[in-house]
Order: sequence, then structure tokens, then C-alpha cells
Amino acid sequence: MRRITKLRTPIHFDSWAAVGGYEERRGPLGEKFDFCDISDKFGQSTWEIAEAEMGRVALNTALSKSGMSHDRIELLVAGDLQNQCVASSTGLSSFGIPFLGVYGACSTCTESLMTLCSFIDSSEHMTIGAAVTTSHNSAAERQFRTPIEYGGQRAPTAQWTSTAAGAFILGRGEGEVQITEYMPGRIVDGSTSDGANMGGAMAFAAFDSLQAYFEESGEEIRNFDCIVTGDLGKVGSDILRELLAKSISGAERIHTDCGLLLYDFKKQDVHSGASGCGTSASVLACHFLPMLKEGKIRNILFMSTGALMSPSSLLQGENIYGIAPLIRIENMKGSE
Amino acid sequence: MDSKVKKELIKKHSPSSSLFKNSLLAFFFGGLICVIGELLLMLYSHLGCDEKTAGILVTVTLIFIAAILTALGIFDKIARHAGAGTLVPVTGFSNAVVSEAMDSKSEGYVLGVGAKIYTVAGPVILYGILSGFVYGVIYYIYTLVEGMKL
Amino acid sequence: MSIPYQLILTFISGGIICVIAQLLIDLTRLTPARILVLYVSVGVLIYAVGAFDPMKDIFGAGVTVPLIGFGANIAKGVREAVEKEGLLGALTGGLTASSAGITAALLCGLFASVLFKTKSKRM
Repeated sequence: MRRITKLRTPIHFDSWAAVGGYEERRGPLGEKFDFCDISDKFGQSTWEIAEAEMGRVALNTALSKSGMSHDRIELLVAGDLQNQCVASSTGLSSFGIPFLGVYGACSTCTESLMTLCSFIDSSEHMTIGAAVTTSHNSAAERQFRTPIEYGGQRAPTAQWTSTAAGAFILGRGEGEVQITEYMPGRIVDGSTSDGANMGGAMAFAAFDSLQAYFEESGEEIRNFDCIVTGDLGKVGSDILRELLAKSISGAERIHTDCGLLLYDFKKQDVHSGASGCGTSASVLACHFLPMLKEGKIRNILFMSTGALMSPSSLLQGENIYGIAPLIRIENMKGSE
Repeated sequence: MDSKVKKELIKKHSPSSSLFKNSLLAFFFGGLICVIGELLLMLYSHLGCDEKTAGILVTVTLIFIAAILTALGIFDKIARHAGAGTLVPVTGFSNAVVSEAMDSKSEGYVLGVGAKIYTVAGPVILYGILSGFVYGVIYYIYTLVEGMKL
Repeated sequence: MSIPYQLILTFISGGIICVIAQLLIDLTRLTPARILVLYVSVGVLIYAVGAFDPMKDIFGAGVTVPLIGFGANIAKGVREAVEKEGLLGALTGGLTASSAGITAALLCGLFASVLFKTKSKRM
């Protein structure tokens, strides 16, 4: 079975934007975000609508950075963590752009970029599309865990759902930073039902995707500057690096995880790291894409990692399943 | 990779909670809240309440203090360190009720606040009542048997 | 018993009861909600075997403030009601005895939801 798709038409990142909240502003990448609302409310009365508004602000920011009007966007692919992806549909409804809602838990960012690439690549007319991913700590706590003011202790393996959004505008044609390949992930049993250890559950999916990628492509590790995972956190990253060291030697040394980059482990009580689909989306937008554009790094594999579960499935003691779709992003300048 | 290998890997890389630190903090905060309760009990008795009334007033006062701290967003900051120290005293019951109520306000006062206020309080009341009922039945049978002996 | 001595006994007994719960949470991954349910039921049991009143005499609020006190209160109410009303007391005693605490918590919750707004969690 062949899983890697090489894009036939070049597709480039036209612009991007990262929006976050209070803790994201305090983190080491805080300065690089385009906008952070330290009230986490984005001027709204409920956390759910605050997340929707954050997605709208992110797309608006990306649009203004590209100097494009929203009516030039032909397709919008977006997702979030709320039931039925309602943050995306509520927040992005005012743009009037044809819309595809996607759900991949925390793998949504890569899933949406991949879907958008596939549409642009196969369409005869489509040239510009946008992808938006959001997650909000308070909305996620309410949906998946406990009330916000509830006094509980988080396990050391628990992760912090980020209040963050990433928006990307992709265009057909060559550009400085292009997506060149994509590979959907497989659903991999995480062999744990512990909702406070999602990083551990997702590590095996990330490993599965990397193993499949290197086996099929025959690529060598030295061709890549970074292998980026979404939100494995400390626990998941440790597991993945141990697995990589055994079978794809060298890969463990260039692995980095967005969940480890977003917050300051010394200053912030983050436990195992950041999670939530906004994590990989915002870190891609405010950290990796600028570095790719400046040529500091030239070639990365980017995998948002998703923990597939619901509040009911956790209560029923079902295992958490992981998924890790993969895209390859390259700086094309001077690559000849 | 089979499930057993995965489970072992997860276990190997997952740090466990700091038992000593958590226990020490739970001991300190739990003890402290009980001492506050004892002082309140002495105060109410001093003011002339009988033992039963004073006991009820202590419970109600602690529930009220925990509710205020929850409403002001302070309780969860203490509980993060105190753990079971704030959970096990009646303050934990109060926090669970008040935080659920505040959180579900956006879904309305009937099916939001009204229903979800029982999310944690409900199980506590239900199984408290169940245990009490079972004890009541056993105690009733016991009194009958004792009565027959006489 | 002198007041400082009483307070020390209260502090130690209340602390130990909380430490047991903390160890159950950390070692067995029992969720906090289950701990509360467990403690209330254990309170009923301790009262039923006749151990609660002697403990209360020594430790005071150290055993009445933790949720086992809530459970013991239910058991005490049931016992008194059974003595007065017979088997019907098994149905009425528990809620009657715990009504003050439950009502206070529910009303506090309702008023807090009317008057206050949640703030986002900080690390």
C-alpha cells in the first residue's frame, strides 16, 4: 500500500497567523504570536464563543498579512475541539467561504492542511484556500474535564490544553515555503485509557507514521532539519525518541515537539507539556514557518498528533487511539 | 508492537506524583481546615448554641467560606497544592457544587445550573443516602430481634 | 481537655484522614468524586459499628469536618428516626439529618452562579 502523496502542483504558504491567550503570551514564543488576548475571552461572554472569535481573528490576521480580500479564498478547511466543531462553524460563518469542517482531535492542523492541499492539487480551477485550527483551554476543560473553578490536582503526565489558533493561506504555484508531500495517519491503539496521559497514548501513532514514511520514501534522516510532532509533551516525546533510536537511528536527535515549545517549563506549571489542536497550529505559524521562510531550516516533517476519544469513551474505560498525519514542508529557495 | 510493550513504555516514561510532598500538603491543609472547624465549634458553643446546632453551623459556615473562595477564583489555586486536604473536608463538597453551578450558567438556569449542580453532589448524596438506608434497615431488624429477646 | 491540646488532636486526625485520601488518589488513580462517595459511605459504616461517637469525643472537628462526618451524620439521623418511627425512619432520617449541609451548598452554588463569572484557569 502506498501512502505518501507527492503534490503534482506546487502549493505554497501565502501567509499565516498565530493567535493565543494569557499563558501563550507568557511562554517563550509569546512575542512571536500575532495577537494574544490576556483575558482569554476575546470580548465574548462564553468560552465557546471566545474560541470561535479567536479563529475569526486568526483568519482575519492571516488575510491582512497577505493583503488579500476574503472573497478570493475558494475553500476553507477548519476544525477545533468542541462538539460538532461548532467553534469553527460559528466563528468563520461571517466570511461566506465554502467550508469543510474537519475533526482529528489535536491532529486537526495537519489534517486540514493536507485536505486543503489535496483539493487544490486535484481541482482544475482552485488556486487559494485557507485552513484554520483552534483550541481553548476553558472550553476544553468544560467539555472534557471539570468545571473551571473546580479545585483539583493535575497528574504529572497531564497536559495543558492551549488557548491558541493558527490560520494559514495556501496558494497554488511556487513560493518560498511549500508543502511538497502528505501522508494520512493510521489509527493506532494507545494502549491506555488514562485521559491524563494523552502524550503517551499518541506517541505510538507518531512512530507508526514516521516508520511508514521512511520505509516508503527511502529518504535519509540527514535530508531533514526537524521532525516536528504536535503535542506529545514530555512523556510522549520520551517514548517516541526511545522508539526512534531503536529503528530510525538519528531521527530522535532531530525530533522536536510543539507541546514542549509553547510554554516555559521553569516559569509555568505546565506538567507534561501543551496539548490541544491549537498548539501545533500556532507553533507552526509563529515558529516553524518563519524559520523556514528565513532559511534557518529548509526541510521538515510536520505531524500534528491526535488523541481520539470522547468524555464518554473515557468514562467507559475505552482505550485512547492516536493518529499522526504527516506533511513535508520545504524552503524552495536555492534548492536547485 | 503489542499492547503489553506499549503499556510498559508508557509506564516507564510517566513520572508519578510526588507522594511525600502531596501527602504533606494534604495533611497540613486538611488539618488546618479541621482546626478552623474546631475553633468555630468552640465559638458557637461559647455563644450558647447546643452541640447539635453548633455542629450544623460549623458545616454551613465552612460550606459558605469555600463557596466564596470558589466564586472569587481562589479555591482552585489553593486546592492545586492542597489536593485531598481541601477535597475531603466539607469544603470539597461545597467547591464541587459551586464550581459546577458557575460553570453551567451559560447553558441556562434550569438545565444548565439546575441539572449540573448535582454532577458531584449527586453521587455523594445518593450513596450517602443508600448507605444510611441500608444501615437503617439493619438497625430496625436489630431492634426487633432485641425486642423479641426481652 | 485544654484548648491547645484539643486543637492539636483535631489537626492531626483531620490531617491523617486527608492523607489517606491523597494516597488513594495518587496510588490507585481513584478519581476525587469516588473518594468523596467512598468517604461518605465509610462515615456511615464507622457510625454503624459504634466507633464514631467515641472518635468525635476525642478528635472533635478532626472527624466531623471531613466527609466521613457527613456520612456519620446521615447514619445518626437514620438511627434516631428508626427509633422514633420504625422502618419508615430508614427512608426519612438520612436526608433530614444532612439537609442543612445540602441546602447550604446548593443555595451557595445558585447564588454564586448568579453573582459571579468564571475566570480562565492560570498555570
